[in-house]
Amino acid sequence: MGNEAQPQDATASVDFQEVQQTERFKTLRKRHRSFVFPMAVVFLLWYFAYVLLAAYAVDFMSIKVWGNINVGLLLGLLQFVTTFGITAWYVSYSNRKLDPIAAEIRNEIEGREFDKGGNMNSGVTK
Amino acid sequence: MNAMVPAAVNVEALKDTTLLNMGIFALFVAVTMVIVFRASRNNKTAADYYAAGRSFTGSQNGTAIAGDYLSAASFLGITGAIAINGYDGFLYSIGFLVAWLVALLLVAELLRNTGKFTMADVLSFRLRQRPVRIAAALSTLAVCFFYLLAQMAGAGSLISLLLGISDWGGQALVIIVVGALMIMYVLIGGMKGTTWVQIIKAILLIAGAAVMTAMVLAIYGFNLSSLLGSAAEAANNPAVLNPGLQYGKTETSKLDFMSLGLALVLGTAALPHVLMRFYTVPTAKEARKSVVWAIWLIGLFYLFTLVLGYGAAALVGAETIKSAPGGVNSAAPLLAFHLGGPLLLGFISAVAFATILAVVAGLTITAAASFAHDIYANVIAKGKADAVTEVKVARRTVVVIGVLAILGGIFANGQNVAFLVALAFAVAASANLPTIVYSLFWKKFTTQGAVWSMYGGLAAAILLITFSPVVSGAKTSMIPGANFALFPLSNPGIVSIPLAFFLGWLGTVLDKRREDPAKQAEMEVRSLTGVGAEKAVDH
Repeated sequence: MGNEAQPQDATASVDFQEVQQTERFKTLRKRHRSFVFPMAVVFLLWYFAYVLLAAYAVDFMSIKVWGNINVGLLLGLLQFVTTFGITAWYVSYSNRKLDPIAAEIRNEIEGREFDKGGNMNSGVTK
Repeated sequence: MNAMVPAAVNVEALKDTTLLNMGIFALFVAVTMVIVFRASRNNKTAADYYAAGRSFTGSQNGTAIAGDYLSAASFLGITGAIAINGYDGFLYSIGFLVAWLVALLLVAELLRNTGKFTMADVLSFRLRQRPVRIAAALSTLAVCFFYLLAQMAGAGSLISLLLGISDWGGQALVIIVVGALMIMYVLIGGMKGTTWVQIIKAILLIAGAAVMTAMVLAIYGFNLSSLLGSAAEAANNPAVLNPGLQYGKTETSKLDFMSLGLALVLGTAALPHVLMRFYTVPTAKEARKSVVWAIWLIGLFYLFTLVLGYGAAALVGAETIKSAPGGVNSAAPLLAFHLGGPLLLGFISAVAFATILAVVAGLTITAAASFAHDIYANVIAKGKADAVTEVKVARRTVVVIGVLAILGGIFANGQNVAFLVALAFAVAASANLPTIVYSLFWKKFTTQGAVWSMYGGLAAAILLITFSPVVSGAKTSMIPGANFALFPLSNPGIVSIPLAFFLGWLGTVLDKRREDPAKQAEMEVRSLTGVGAEKAVDH
């Protein structure tokens, strides 16, 4: 196909479908999706709840909490806090749960390319 | 509190500072030009030109992303919007920031692992090359064009304020100068030069905003509440502290606000010039680090704009801002003048110029890469073009886009900057995001789904904008005399984004062809593990 999009590397002969079926890859995919999907739903719901409140609950948002600081401003600042929080949480989760396993699979596939002549599919099928 | 009633900012006095402004700006241009020349010395391959040889670290790239993202819309537009409309301006900041979570969680790393230079690389990975590449390149060009218009309009506003040039010809001349400088940066420096300009600009912008924020807060004894009180007092309207001043007027405007919110939060992760930045780092982990840096810097900056916006309302006053040349967009420079006199104004204006220049350069290189890499190399030359020719085509495209941006900027001059950028976000979210998400996460997604979603989303967004009050039917429209505003909302997102998601699904389930499962497996494995993407880039 001459697909320019793909990195021109030595992994052209890898059977990716086989890798996709390994338990280890399935674990990686599951860990990734079970974190990012719920998290994406949560922050989008929280953001839209905030936007809806700002558009349709102006009286509530205008309640003064302390001095001139009202509920709207606090909720807005809370959006900053949750954004920073989710970012930090995701980084720590990736470092602990995703990166090690991704590196294992990657090294195995790439490493295998260098033992020329060996059975190309050994190693990932376990 | 009486001492805090706006001291009159003498707009006429600004003209005396023109030479100083120009001097500081010239210094910035000179310094960055030297850096661009040095950075460009080893621009040899296509990877050098488009992706800076993938040589940047996560923190450098994160700073450059902040520099790319914090455009004139963020600095001039949001500060002005808060100064005039109070709380509703703050809503822009929140949307612009929260949107980064979409990029962090769903897009950045997976995209870094599967693509090479452009957004189309990822979208066409496991689908049929030609149709998907053409569609992705066209939507890239459309989004870049809207975004460029916004930046050029910002340049016009800024110039009219700073140089006191209020006649059309004079402003057009300055837009031409800005455009020509931008073409030079991109032609000579490629992605590496552009990235350095963005890094320097991000540091200057955030530092400048930090200094101004500290000065404003110092006036109010570091008490946010008394700053807000003073802003409400100056505006003579306590409602500036509450949501709804701009968008709460009618049911339509509330809906418009929802539409804007949707476009902002879903647009960022689909902006081609932001996506392209992820290719400048060597690994997915660095891509993640870039986003984390960007989120912190951008979040911090938006907290500053909250203080600056209310500070401008309290210290300069909404009336003075609105009547100044440049209108709403002049709030930040006027506040700088009030706080630190001509020197701070000169610095802040130079930073604002630099902002426009850096963002425009980033957009231009993205559009050029997309044309040369997706349309020329992969479609016209069918993958047979060598890298040297491809880069040559990219350089020529830079000149063409630069000229178009200059012309567009001359005509968009005077439009509201933050608002124009929001339109670019809506187009990006409609045309690109569904296909990005589907192709990364939905196994059954097909070429037909991608093509329907991209063209459908792009066409819906652009048609709805054309028939919206933005273009005609209101006194703030681009064509105020005519009225063909059939669509009541000024932001199309609430209709066009769900429509594009729906079309992507419909096109897929109705597609009789199935995509190659081996390609899907390859894309999924590569995207999650980074196989091949991390080592293949050494050179």
